[in-house]
Amino acid sequence: MKKLIIPFFILLFALQSCKDSKKEAAKPVAKTKEITDLSIYNLPSQWTTQDGKNIELKSLKGNILVMVMIYTSCKAACPRLVADMRDIEKKLDLKTKKNVKLILVSIDPKTDTPQKLKAFAIANNMNQNPWIFLRSTEDNTREFAAVLAVNYKQISPMEFSHSNIISVFNPDGELVFQQEGLGVNNSETIEKINHEAQKI
Amino acid sequence: MQKSILIIILFLAQIPSISGQESKMVPIKEGTFVPLYGATAKKPVNVKSFYIDVYPVTNGEYLSFLKKNPSFSKSKIKGIYADKSYLSYWKSDFDFGNVNPKSPVANVSWFAAKKYCECQGKRLPTMDEWEYVAMADEKKIDARTKAEFNKYILSWYEKSKTYENSIGKTFKNYWGVYDMHGLVWEWTADFNSIFLSGESRKDKSSDKNLFCGAASVNATDLMDYAAFMRYAFRGSLKAQYSTRNLGFRCASTTKL
Repeated sequence: MKKLIIPFFILLFALQSCKDSKKEAAKPVAKTKEITDLSIYNLPSQWTTQDGKNIELKSLKGNILVMVMIYTSCKAACPRLVADMRDIEKKLDLKTKKNVKLILVSIDPKTDTPQKLKAFAIANNMNQNPWIFLRSTEDNTREFAAVLAVNYKQISPMEFSHSNIISVFNPDGELVFQQEGLGVNNSETIEKINHEAQKI
Repeated sequence: MQKSILIIILFLAQIPSISGQESKMVPIKEGTFVPLYGATAKKPVNVKSFYIDVYPVTNGEYLSFLKKNPSFSKSKIKGIYADKSYLSYWKSDFDFGNVNPKSPVANVSWFAAKKYCECQGKRLPTMDEWEYVAMADEKKIDARTKAEFNKYILSWYEKSKTYENSIGKTFKNYWGVYDMHGLVWEWTADFNSIFLSGESRKDKSSDKNLFCGAASVNATDLMDYAAFMRYAFRGSLKAQYSTRNLGFRCASTTKL
């Protein structure tokens, strides 16, 4: 019987989630200013970190975000993308670095459990600030990729094709810069991050 | 126990009122096919049984959705969900002007299409699902090798303004689905899984993917030309984009 009820609840939630919620408007407005039109903080999706903590993207508001989409079992491009992220991190202005989070989002949530992400973080010495690993449902991941204009496709059980794009977001969550390709010159990316981070 | 039954009945009673007007769906039986793009080494892709809307979503239907979800109206929609061309041919938030209400809604972004389907308790079809349904003509599940069928599709690509036509005026395919070809192009859930775009050129590591796609295109099959047009179009899209010839329909894994 219980088994029956759960789908009904899910269905009900799914159907309700589509209605413009008035509750949201009634909520006391946060101290900080409103979420802007182009902000990724509009996305309601829930994400889990490598520490198993559930967060909404909103909780990252106020930081400069440098984001990339990868999967940890990847042998080809990802290690190089991760290296590119590291290289960016190394070159950040030390004075404003505290305002920057470098985030790796998994495109393979089935395989990349929080435990897997944690192991990857430790193995790559990225299990501390400013690094964050995130995963969500396949739907939320597809949507987030759509926002970043990142394309990806699973081509075999252990293999994905994906765009190599590193995206920079300002404290409001608006996309301000994208670095495309592997091992490209990142001086413009770093300049942009430092410039945005100084404004905080 | 009785309480639970009561709860279920209450939910059941609510469902039609929540989901509002539902367009008709038909079941699609499980099967395999080799899509033009996305199959590794031309291995067939399995499509599980699912349900799909018989028609694309119309202007009239979209209007009732907007009335319930004004945050998706053209003046209210957030920039992250749609660019400036969203519903650009509509007169105002709740008025599509003298456009045929039975014609397919177009100039909607992927986010808006996705939201619409979620509000019906549905989802967007995947690219494989869409292509699987679209390869059927009146009689056959897979008519892709029929010259006539391909000519029909390609001749539509050359026609202009077919988006002004009413839904249901093209042929009814094997599954009972209309307008897969001949009216508007349609969004799919995973449109952003294609690598034919400019970035592949920039990006050495994706070159392999580019060539994988390109190799099958260069293959002599003219039958694939029509499909190639669709994949190339999808590959050029971004989720915020909207164009006058791009609409959508919804699908569902389970019967609604």
